[in-house]
Amino acid sequence: MSQTSIDPRSLRAPPKRPIKLSWADERIRGIFWQVVVVGIVVSIVWWLWSNTVHNLEVRRIATGFGFLNREAGLPIAESIIDYNPTNTYLRALIVGLLNTLKVAVVGIILATIFGTLIGIARLSKNWVLRTLSATYVEVIRDLPLLLQLLFWYAILQGLPGPRQAMHPAEGVFLSNRGLKLPWIEWEGAHSLALLAFVVGLVVTFLYRRQAVAKQITDGVPRHTWPVALVALVAVPLAAWAALGAPFTPDIPALRGFNFQGGLTLSPEYFALLAGLVMYTAGFVAEIVRAGIQAVPNGQREAAQALGLRPGAVLRLVVLPQALRVIVPPMTSQYLNITKNSSLAVAIGYQDIVSIANTTLNQTGQAIEGIAIIMLVYLTISLSISGFMNWYNARIALVER
Amino acid sequence: MRAFGQTVRRALGAMALLGAAALPGLAQAQQAPANTLDAIRARGALICGVNTGLAGFAQPDSQGVWRGFDIDYCRSIAAAIFGDASKVRYVPTTAQSRFTALQSGEVDVLFRNTTWTLSRDTSLGLDFPAVNFYDGQGFMVKRTAGVSSASQLNGATICVQPGTTTEQNLTDWARANRIQFTPVVIERLEEVVAAYVAGRCDAYTTDASGLAATRSAQPTPADHVILPEVISKEPLGPAVRQGDARFADIVRWSHFAMLVAEELNITAATADQALASDQRPEALRLLGKTGDLGKMLGLDNAWALHVIKAVGNYGEVFARHLAPIGLQRARSPNAMYTQGGLQYAPPFR
Repeated sequence: MSQTSIDPRSLRAPPKRPIKLSWADERIRGIFWQVVVVGIVVSIVWWLWSNTVHNLEVRRIATGFGFLNREAGLPIAESIIDYNPTNTYLRALIVGLLNTLKVAVVGIILATIFGTLIGIARLSKNWVLRTLSATYVEVIRDLPLLLQLLFWYAILQGLPGPRQAMHPAEGVFLSNRGLKLPWIEWEGAHSLALLAFVVGLVVTFLYRRQAVAKQITDGVPRHTWPVALVALVAVPLAAWAALGAPFTPDIPALRGFNFQGGLTLSPEYFALLAGLVMYTAGFVAEIVRAGIQAVPNGQREAAQALGLRPGAVLRLVVLPQALRVIVPPMTSQYLNITKNSSLAVAIGYQDIVSIANTTLNQTGQAIEGIAIIMLVYLTISLSISGFMNWYNARIALVER
Repeated sequence: MRAFGQTVRRALGAMALLGAAALPGLAQAQQAPANTLDAIRARGALICGVNTGLAGFAQPDSQGVWRGFDIDYCRSIAAAIFGDASKVRYVPTTAQSRFTALQSGEVDVLFRNTTWTLSRDTSLGLDFPAVNFYDGQGFMVKRTAGVSSASQLNGATICVQPGTTTEQNLTDWARANRIQFTPVVIERLEEVVAAYVAGRCDAYTTDASGLAATRSAQPTPADHVILPEVISKEPLGPAVRQGDARFADIVRWSHFAMLVAEELNITAATADQALASDQRPEALRLLGKTGDLGKMLGLDNAWALHVIKAVGNYGEVFARHLAPIGLQRARSPNAMYTQGGLQYAPPFR
């Protein structure tokens, strides 16, 4: 039997017939209707496009992306890269994009951690913890996000002014201008050390994977921590020391109106981040709770019966199964954080929407501006869902 | 199921045919009216784009009736066209939505504290028929800050609204004067003022008229100081769509009618009396007793009479709405040219 195996599908396939150019032929009809549908879609898009171009011409409104190279002249409060108002609109938009990523990436990480903790707390045996987290979820999910953002922003504005700033530790100031922290003068050596740290993360991860694979074959457990210590601490430190170990503290101090120097966490960024994290964590908590509860109790009991410790039960038995339920809805929450960050415009955080809006208002080129915003969100969202789909496929139940 | 599928396919086919036939017709359907005056007459009302709420310029009162300097200008256009100043619909627009509203034909004219600039005049497809208020950008600070001049603002945090000339003027001024500042950019007027009042910013910058309006709306206006420096020219005026010269003329000359009425000392209260007894030739032409000035604009000859009776002359409108929020007219560019100001109307002949 095995020598003469036949693909079972070929038995079920209908016998091949020659294509007749006739309305009676199902395939010809199929092709015809596909052409019609594609034709309708193309003509609608073409109509919208030509209508727009025609109307813009009639109203003498400028078109094209030439404005991107013009001087922006718009002030931006916080930026990861160097920016001043003499730079172009293109650079201003990149600053906006980075600001959006800054809040989205940090927001996703914090919302995941915070939401997971609350989700686990909802299943706690402790009555107070369980009730508190249930109340949190119900309250936070029921209030509109915009309202929460304005609430956080109003609270932060209620902090004392810079002259009466709270001063809990040396170089730390909390006022309505934001949180000021001591920092260092950033130099090339620090960038190199950071790069070495990132490389170290990858090395550690790869080593751990190999160590686990070897343990499966020979049963000898191998420690990861010595490699991690070298890759994550020793090498970055050596890189920093090799370039002269620069260390100049940059301590904020009140000069004139504001604090100068140091690291700033602005009220706008903090309000947006806090609002997004608190709001999304409510949803994440429910997803995590559902995921954990989806794992049958028998699995846990069986693992305990094998003598696994509670931590190992959670890590090796419950979580891998729970993740399969958790990951798909989690993707939606990550996309929501990214898109909801556009509410930043209400509280004065200059994200891509804020800057693109200003740009389209100053240049009058609304269509191009909106197209840029859509392109940015589409790219970020597709990247997130692409990554999450990959991760989901990786942890999916292996089935035959 | 098969019958249903066929019906759907037939319907789709019919739609495709219809779509193909309708394409040329549809291409014209979404345009803003080319002849604004005819569109207004056919609709029976002027649609006026105004501010979302700025004391003195455009703000609903406790009964929900819009009042202000810009509102009176909207009413004056309605009076010129219909002889009835109440035939106006107001559409509140934000700084960011105003031009799109005008371009798309959602509103006929903008009276919304809009600065006339070269780029707006050309690349936005707009026309600015007149300047009805000469403004300039200034700064407001809290009295407790102890600041008396804008040059002392180095290092300050400054609140500003986005999408306006204000933002660009601020950066120009800071560059020219080597001043470092941190912006706080918030879109809604209420929110940006709240941020300034709460102390998030050391200063708030916008047009001097806007500062005066905001200051007058505070519980204790004396706690806030408007600094003496004016860092820009802000000629504010109506905006209309480019390519409709006739409607632009009506907007332009309605403003001039209010200026000439002030020159001739004709007010809302004395207009009827002037019509009966005034013998000055320009007054007679303005009020439509002689000549055909109204017809030349495509309006009734009594158009200017209707404007004056509805809202009064320029001085009256200014005194009614802008003087109460603390804006001085004497020795400002908004005084008549005979008083050393810039308000000047070409002759009515």
